[in-house]
Amino acid sequence: MKVPLSWLKDYVDIALPVTELAERLTLAGLEVSSIQYLGIEGAELPWDRERIRVGHILAVRPHPNADRLVLADVDYGADQIETVVTGAPNLFPYLGQDVRHLNLKSPFALEGALLFDGHKDDGSKMVLKGRPVRGIMNRHMLCSEKELGISDDHTGILILDPDAPTGAPLADVLGTAVLDIELTPSIARCASIIGVAREVAALTGQRVRYPDYTRLPLEGASLSGRVVIETEEAHLNPRFCAALIEGIQIKPSPYWMQLRLRLAGMRPINNVVDVSNYVMLEVGQPNHAFDYDVLRARADRYAGPERPIRIITRCAREGESIRTLDGVERTLQPFTMLVTDPAGPLSIGGIMGGAESEVHENTRNVLLEAAAWDFINIRRSVQAYGLNSEAAYRFSRGVHPSQAWWGALRAAQLIQQLAGGVIARDILDYYPAPPPPVHVDLPMTEVQRLLGVDLPRQEVRRILEALEFQVEDDEQGVFHVTVPDHRMDIGTGVVGRADLIEEIARIYGYDRFPNTQIEDVMPPQRDNLSLLHEERIRDLLIEAGLQEVMTYRLTAPQREALLLPPNASPEERPYVTLTNPISPERTVMRHRLLAGVLDVLAQNLRHRERVAVFEIGPVFLLPSEQDVLPDEVPTLCIALSGPRELVTWHGADTRPMDFFDLKGILETLVQGLHIRPVSFRPAEHPSYHPGRTAHLLVGEEVIGVFGQLHPWVQEAFDIPSQRPVLAAELDLRRLTAHIPAYFTVRPLPRFPAVRQDIALVVDENIPAQRVEEAILQAGGKMLVGVQLFDVYRGAQIGSGKKSLAYTLTFNAEDRTLTDEEVARIQARIVRSLEASLGARLRG
Amino acid sequence: MPDSPQSIETLDQLAAQALAELTGISDSQTLEHWHTTYLGRKGKVTLAVRRVGELPKEERPAFGQHANRVKQQLEAAYEERARLIKAQEMERSLAEGAVDVTLPGHPVLRGRLHPSIQTLRRILQIWADMGFQVYRSRDVETDEYNFQLLNFPPHHPARDMQDTFYTTQPDVLLRTHTSPGQIHAMRAYCPQPIRVVLPGMCYRYEQITARSEIQFHQVEGLAVGYHIRFTDLKGTLTDFAQRMFGAGRKTRFRASYFPFTEPSAEMDVECILCHGKGCRLCKYTGWLEILGCGMVHPVVLQNGGYDPTIYSGYAFGMGVERIAMLCYGIEDIRYFWGNDLRFLEQF
Ligand SMILES: [Zn+2]
Repeated sequence: MKVPLSWLKDYVDIALPVTELAERLTLAGLEVSSIQYLGIEGAELPWDRERIRVGHILAVRPHPNADRLVLADVDYGADQIETVVTGAPNLFPYLGQDVRHLNLKSPFALEGALLFDGHKDDGSKMVLKGRPVRGIMNRHMLCSEKELGISDDHTGILILDPDAPTGAPLADVLGTAVLDIELTPSIARCASIIGVAREVAALTGQRVRYPDYTRLPLEGASLSGRVVIETEEAHLNPRFCAALIEGIQIKPSPYWMQLRLRLAGMRPINNVVDVSNYVMLEVGQPNHAFDYDVLRARADRYAGPERPIRIITRCAREGESIRTLDGVERTLQPFTMLVTDPAGPLSIGGIMGGAESEVHENTRNVLLEAAAWDFINIRRSVQAYGLNSEAAYRFSRGVHPSQAWWGALRAAQLIQQLAGGVIARDILDYYPAPPPPVHVDLPMTEVQRLLGVDLPRQEVRRILEALEFQVEDDEQGVFHVTVPDHRMDIGTGVVGRADLIEEIARIYGYDRFPNTQIEDVMPPQRDNLSLLHEERIRDLLIEAGLQEVMTYRLTAPQREALLLPPNASPEERPYVTLTNPISPERTVMRHRLLAGVLDVLAQNLRHRERVAVFEIGPVFLLPSEQDVLPDEVPTLCIALSGPRELVTWHGADTRPMDFFDLKGILETLVQGLHIRPVSFRPAEHPSYHPGRTAHLLVGEEVIGVFGQLHPWVQEAFDIPSQRPVLAAELDLRRLTAHIPAYFTVRPLPRFPAVRQDIALVVDENIPAQRVEEAILQAGGKMLVGVQLFDVYRGAQIGSGKKSLAYTLTFNAEDRTLTDEEVARIQARIVRSLEASLGARLRG
Repeated sequence: MPDSPQSIETLDQLAAQALAELTGISDSQTLEHWHTTYLGRKGKVTLAVRRVGELPKEERPAFGQHANRVKQQLEAAYEERARLIKAQEMERSLAEGAVDVTLPGHPVLRGRLHPSIQTLRRILQIWADMGFQVYRSRDVETDEYNFQLLNFPPHHPARDMQDTFYTTQPDVLLRTHTSPGQIHAMRAYCPQPIRVVLPGMCYRYEQITARSEIQFHQVEGLAVGYHIRFTDLKGTLTDFAQRMFGAGRKTRFRASYFPFTEPSAEMDVECILCHGKGCRLCKYTGWLEILGCGMVHPVVLQNGGYDPTIYSGYAFGMGVERIAMLCYGIEDIRYFWGNDLRFLEQF
């Protein structure tokens, strides 16, 4: 809402500097997002008060040496008349005339004034200097809007209203500041100048000066009997007022109104349309002017020449349509309220007028509508047609029916003043069920309970009354409050109390309340275990050198389909699917983290060699189409690609990361979480490289899959095949379920350990994990460590065989083991493995 | 000199010769050789001293004493020389071992948390210190929890404030704020008092630009009890701001509107860049908008199971990425889900 300060001052006195006023409004919930200045301090070009004045053009004379120039004699309040040379086309009609009686007023700039250069479009400025123009000395200038910075219009000089005071500094006549106020839904009442004036008055201890509509000259023939109003849906259209103004003349509205509309962000059209908009901005009541003769002509057809015009408001009928003011033919939804006559729709109620009955330059008689509409219903229609208008903006946020009457009177008054004609007697008012006023009982104890401060009773009363609430105080310390009509945001009962308490706090000023701490006894703290576990996992992974990433939780099925090779069976689980996606890439909630993480990998591999990342976040699984809400499963995804270390001058292990680098990270993770027993089993998964894929298990439960990415998948994500990718996907809910609440440490050995190396040759197909398990089992409790340090294949041991070399650590709790004891255990291990796995000791 | 008769003179000559050789030695290997040559078990001096038996009996004691002195002298000279050579050799080896200390160190491949998580942890830590425990709830919500129970009736204009992603399942949407967690928490804990923070990802139907994203983290806070007051809300949030943005940082509370709180406010903190003087970051206001807050609306308390005439409460909510952007001077919110490691590795 753009609020010109000069307009606001019509209704309330303002002594505060504008920036201070803006601050007060902002703190009270009317956020002033910016202030624009016109012609005064703060503007890009403040108008020189001495040198830019209101000039009165007394005569327009021919230039002796040029046909395209004229001489204008200007009175600017000084002792002498000045003559200027100008080429302004809008003075040519007055050429050769004495125009003193026309009160032609225009901004008059004296030599030395700073102005915008009318011939340049880059906003450059110039200082006015005297120079001869075709033989005549010209020192001063009549200005265009562009030269003053009002608009880009440089087609002629600016003609002010005839009553502009000759000689007055232009800054006093047109200069103003414009506050741009952001309106939250709760302060829709401030979508008008008077609405803002009420707030200013309450905040600064002033009173609003309401316009006086009571002395309207109702001089025309009575409207009753000429127009009848019927409403079919009184709850959607609780009030309908109509006034008739006859014998008007359509023309441009006066400059002051045009400028106010423009400063408020609207385009001037003609006097009737401008008044309609002006009243909407001023009072907050949208209204609409119909060409009365169009309505009459329709009535002649549907009822006959002597029969009244019938205005009927109703919901749209099936298949009904209307061509609106913007020239668009719209098919209407059955919930949309229309203003119609028996011949069909005239306008979409409260939103936009119809083209047929629109006011045009030859309109002589207008029927003015000011009505009330249900805001929810208006909102539905606005959304259905994507049709927003200043009227709909206000109606969809709530305009009290009481305002319709004032809007009708104000608009009729202004149309009559600016367009002439007479207002018909008997302004129609269809208002079958005025809503009763809202009452709220507010005990002072509630104010104290919620705000925490014991405000004086008189202060509470003063604030409520400043906001135009009627307040009756009783002996028990309860205020009986009557809510003014325009406060549609105030509810009843316990809600109404909260609404009033907010008003009290807001006007009192939030910053005047002290800061305190809760004095209640609050509940004991409980840990959020799932978050603690997640955070522990994050810490372990960054300790392992991985960078955390975070991707969109929205994806597209076709994106996730790329995680499966072309020959794999497609994903069949249903997705949580958006009805209004923002783009084709973000249509569903993800099933896997991998697609997003691979995107991150691919994108970073374009500018670096090594990427090692993880993401933790939910995936959204709908067990079936019937499920309303998805299971949101916390998931971990890891992806690695590139060398183990970066090339440095200092040397580095630059072999590419492989399956075992990833496995090492997972081992570190489960060890760090003290989860046991963990195992790894060969697995198959369509996204992963066959033979290089495994499941991570805790006990017999599969926690997730990991391994090298399938080359198909890698290609689908644009990652070159020579840069293999390792990935893991773990279900964190399953994993964290195995985290023990606590764990105990082993005591340090009291006796020295004995280490022995042993190499065992086994069949190639025997997994290392089985060998290690067998060693541990055979070794008994003295065997405290098994460390694989070499895997060898080659001619020496024969094909189909591999040699696994281990360092075994032996330790006893109560003594130093002798060589003989160790040899005995080792021999037992070898015998056992010979028997169970066909292993033999390598020589 | 087996042929020459043994005498003090010949011993002295031998010693003088040994000492002369010693002064020319500059490495430990030659020095050891010298020691073996003269003072070893078969060294010249050792052998010469043993030949004491060749002397007349009466000369033997004097020769013996003299020989011991000579040996001690030579050993001392040897020790002295050894110390010198060791020092020289150490010096030489140190000189050879010098490195160019300006060469870069061996890089450590360190992992880092995502900046959103880093900021979120900081925020949650402060609230934990103030007694707020974490309560989490789902991303995919019902219209009832996201809107209706929070006092946004269907078609209410307040819904315009939050552009929403809807799903094909009727009345199921992506939460637009963490506030549905308020209802979940209240229903879980009623009638006990509550003090929780609700972190989580939220979604808005918006164009993705430098200033707006379709997903972002929020942290909501909720306290419900018997005597919770507006002044408590101010006090607690002011403390939070001072811990988050620095002690002494000014705050201000502006009236605002949220359907689920009343009175509602927004808290601004003094601009962290210009300290209130006005700059581009704060759009020349001197203030940065940090969070929305207010007293829990009576309808919301009721929906959570608490009688609003007996209980009261406050709630607040803040955007994690917005706070991170202010703290780290990040000008483009798209960086957060862009995951360019050149951005992430700066944290
Ligand atoms: Zn600043």
